[in-house]
Amino acid sequence: MALSIVHRLTGITLYFGTILLAWWLIAVAAGPSAYATVQAFTGSWIGRLILFGYTWSLIHHMLSGVRHFIWDLGYGFTSAERESLTWAALIGGVVLTVLLWIVAFTLGGAR
Amino acid sequence: MVEFALPKNSKVTSGKTWPKPEGATETREFKVYRWNPDDTKNPSVDTYHVNTHDCGPMVLDGLIWIKNNIDPTLTFRRSCREGVCGSCAMNIDGENTLACTKAMDDVKDSAVKVNPLPHQPVVKDLVPDLTNFYAQYASIEPWLQTITPTPQKEWRQTHEDREKLDGLYECILCACCSTSCPSYWWNSDRFLGPAALLQATRWVKDSRDEATGERLDNLEDPFRIYRCHTIMNCAKACPKGLNPSEAIANLKLKLVERQI
Repeated sequence: MALSIVHRLTGITLYFGTILLAWWLIAVAAGPSAYATVQAFTGSWIGRLILFGYTWSLIHHMLSGVRHFIWDLGYGFTSAERESLTWAALIGGVVLTVLLWIVAFTLGGAR
Repeated sequence: MVEFALPKNSKVTSGKTWPKPEGATETREFKVYRWNPDDTKNPSVDTYHVNTHDCGPMVLDGLIWIKNNIDPTLTFRRSCREGVCGSCAMNIDGENTLACTKAMDDVKDSAVKVNPLPHQPVVKDLVPDLTNFYAQYASIEPWLQTITPTPQKEWRQTHEDREKLDGLYECILCACCSTSCPSYWWNSDRFLGPAALLQATRWVKDSRDEATGERLDNLEDPFRIYRCHTIMNCAKACPKGLNPSEAIANLKLKLVERQI
């Protein structure tokens, strides 16, 4: 049940994260000064934290969604399979998020 | 609707602590939910001490011991005492299960906490009102429906077809699964719940039944089946080790398959 709740919560946070993404896209279209404002926010530690949370929500929700997709196809219902799918979504989400940020920092530095 | 807190008149208060049985060398503490419809008091949790030397190993044995030796007003359902009838389903140590198959020693907490099945109206103490639950079971028409003339002897079925009913026919309708399901807590007026849906699967999968289409028509509804979000509490709760989640997933697949 706990992971079902997490799946829903990440789904809700994705709404807010998407607003952030939309803001960034609008700023790209609006011009250099608007873009600089967004960059200043996403570059600040609070902005970084929110972005980190957003990427985790996105990846966790995706992996958890794949888990639900497997169940909807009628597989993975034994208790061992159920628990491993659940843990895989939870651990996989955290690991992939950290990896993504390591890659982002190595490629893009702290820009 | 979604409810996160109990209504005012259901708030549980601390109850009476009954004295330890005299001369008992080893006792086990029981914390049992009490509510009496005949007075206006809120529910309470009474504390009892069961003499484990004078009592069987299961939680149900403890409850019967309390009823026989301490407090004859304690009310609960029980019958077969071996996990076949489904009468003594209750919430023990935070999990829905059968009191007769749950050993006291398997409860890690020092006190054995016993509550009625969650989110059902209480008739008295540990007895929930399962009227709605049984009505939902009746609504899936749990009997063989056929159009072809009844054969002289019994309806025949291959071994393979019979095996498709394994994991479904064993359900004893104890309601542990349905009352552990958040979707059922919040939409039990319209969502059929894991137990009724597992039974629906049992009849949809039966090779002898000839009303499969009508059965699926009856289920195809945003609430009746689709309030199931594969939360899996039902499969975790089932004291018979069945998997209502999987049964419901199979039903959903059948509903999709017939459209393509």
